[in-house]
Amino acid sequence: MSSFWSAWIIVLTLAFLVFIIWLLRWNMTNYTGIKEGELMDHEFDGIVEINNPLPRWWMILFWVTIVWGFIYLALFPGLGNFKGLLGWSSSNQEVRSLEESRAATEAHREAGLIVQYDREVQAAEEEFGPIFAALSERPIPELAKDEDAVEIGQRLFLQNCAQCHGSNAMGGKGFPNLTDDDWLYGGSPEAIKTSLIQGRQGQMPAFDGQFNDQQITELATYVLSLSGRKVDPELASAGKQNFAVCAACHGMDGKGNQQLGAPNLTDNTWLYGGSQAAIEETLHNGRNGVMPAWIDILGEDKIHVISAYVYGLSND
Amino acid sequence: MKNIKHDFVEKRVGWLAIFATLTISIGGLVEITPLLFQKQTNEPVVGLEPYTALELEGRDIYIREGCNNCHSQMIRPFRAETERYGHYSLAGEHVWERPFLWGSKRTGPDLARVGGRYSDEWHYVHLMDPRDVVPESNMPGFPWLAENKLDGEYTAKKMEVYRQYGVPYTDEDIAGAQAAVVGKTEMEALIAYLQALGTGLQQQAN
Repeated sequence: MSSFWSAWIIVLTLAFLVFIIWLLRWNMTNYTGIKEGELMDHEFDGIVEINNPLPRWWMILFWVTIVWGFIYLALFPGLGNFKGLLGWSSSNQEVRSLEESRAATEAHREAGLIVQYDREVQAAEEEFGPIFAALSERPIPELAKDEDAVEIGQRLFLQNCAQCHGSNAMGGKGFPNLTDDDWLYGGSPEAIKTSLIQGRQGQMPAFDGQFNDQQITELATYVLSLSGRKVDPELASAGKQNFAVCAACHGMDGKGNQQLGAPNLTDNTWLYGGSQAAIEETLHNGRNGVMPAWIDILGEDKIHVISAYVYGLSND
Repeated sequence: MKNIKHDFVEKRVGWLAIFATLTISIGGLVEITPLLFQKQTNEPVVGLEPYTALELEGRDIYIREGCNNCHSQMIRPFRAETERYGHYSLAGEHVWERPFLWGSKRTGPDLARVGGRYSDEWHYVHLMDPRDVVPESNMPGFPWLAENKLDGEYTAKKMEVYRQYGVPYTDEDIAGAQAAVVGKTEMEALIAYLQALGTGLQQQAN
């Protein structure tokens, strides 16, 4: 803050406090020349006023608040650039980026200043940090059998993941079920953790320009036949002609590719619905399922525990 | 001092009003006025981008539908909030917001950093009918947003007004404003806006 605005605040604040003291003292003196308890010499519509002093309790409270005002201004940052004797502040509001925020936290800690928010985070870090650090060193399959770890993971899951995957982790249309054995990007502990850290970007292209409606119907029919559905064999074999395009990601056998997040088309798990119409819609418009990256929001230790919870859902 | 009497203000309502106004003003003069001239409140955080034309239209839909009545955009510096929502809000993130949408009531969660947290697809499903993805939600659905199309008639004008307030829109931004939004649905605009919220500070992290 520039010295002008600092001075502005200091002068106005202190001047007003002095004014209040003057006002209060003035109102404590009997300047009317009329004794306490006697009538003042004015009358309005028959209403008269008695010269009564200000209530004592009220005046004492007023003095106390004035004294407290001075104590407060001495201890806390209220007067312009003066930081207060305690060196207290609520948070680092002057920072302009996350780096600056971290640097300010560090600098204030070293200078022994009390930043209320940083202290709160630090206290929590001291309490919970070692717990998460210990958990993060144990392998995920082991954690998945640890009741406490699973409970922690579940709380984190409900807070951060349930919005898409559901509070029972069974997902919904477009949001994968995490409790079954069907994995788009792999169900190994490492694969789950990677999905959480980096996020995933599904890329089923739209085939509207490439295939006409008839060809898309044929393809969808063939895809349905892969999972053993009863379909029109003629349509299906016509669809098979064009399946080579799909095979680039889903494989010739249609069993998918977890490197690419291409789903297995031969089982009965359908992320966007397994009806003829739903599959045709997928072919027409494409699908772009997105799993956001969580590393910046949750950090690796918490992700490790959530991974264990998710892993445990299908591996108990 | 004996000459000064209460009578003066007790019998002159005009002076009473003047003195009362002066007294009440002190708080504002001390606590508000200096903030109008501080770097902290006037300069954007590093990496803050102005809303694109589509995001800007989305913001107006956000206001029109009253989203700010139930969703705040202000993460307070408490661990309980930053654990859930991310880094507490900074004044420098809101320097181009007119009006700001901080809000004061949370029926739903804070949205100051909702950008990037969910996929576009999720936002679409959720805005059509929130209970499709969050069964316990009491948020209303907004299905008409998917039908209403933007014509972008006023988009450039809005950006010009914002530019007068110091938002760094370029001539190209304004010239291409209508083309950038015309034919897009209100749903797309709102989702674009939501996905931009709070990302100015996040981008800096990477």
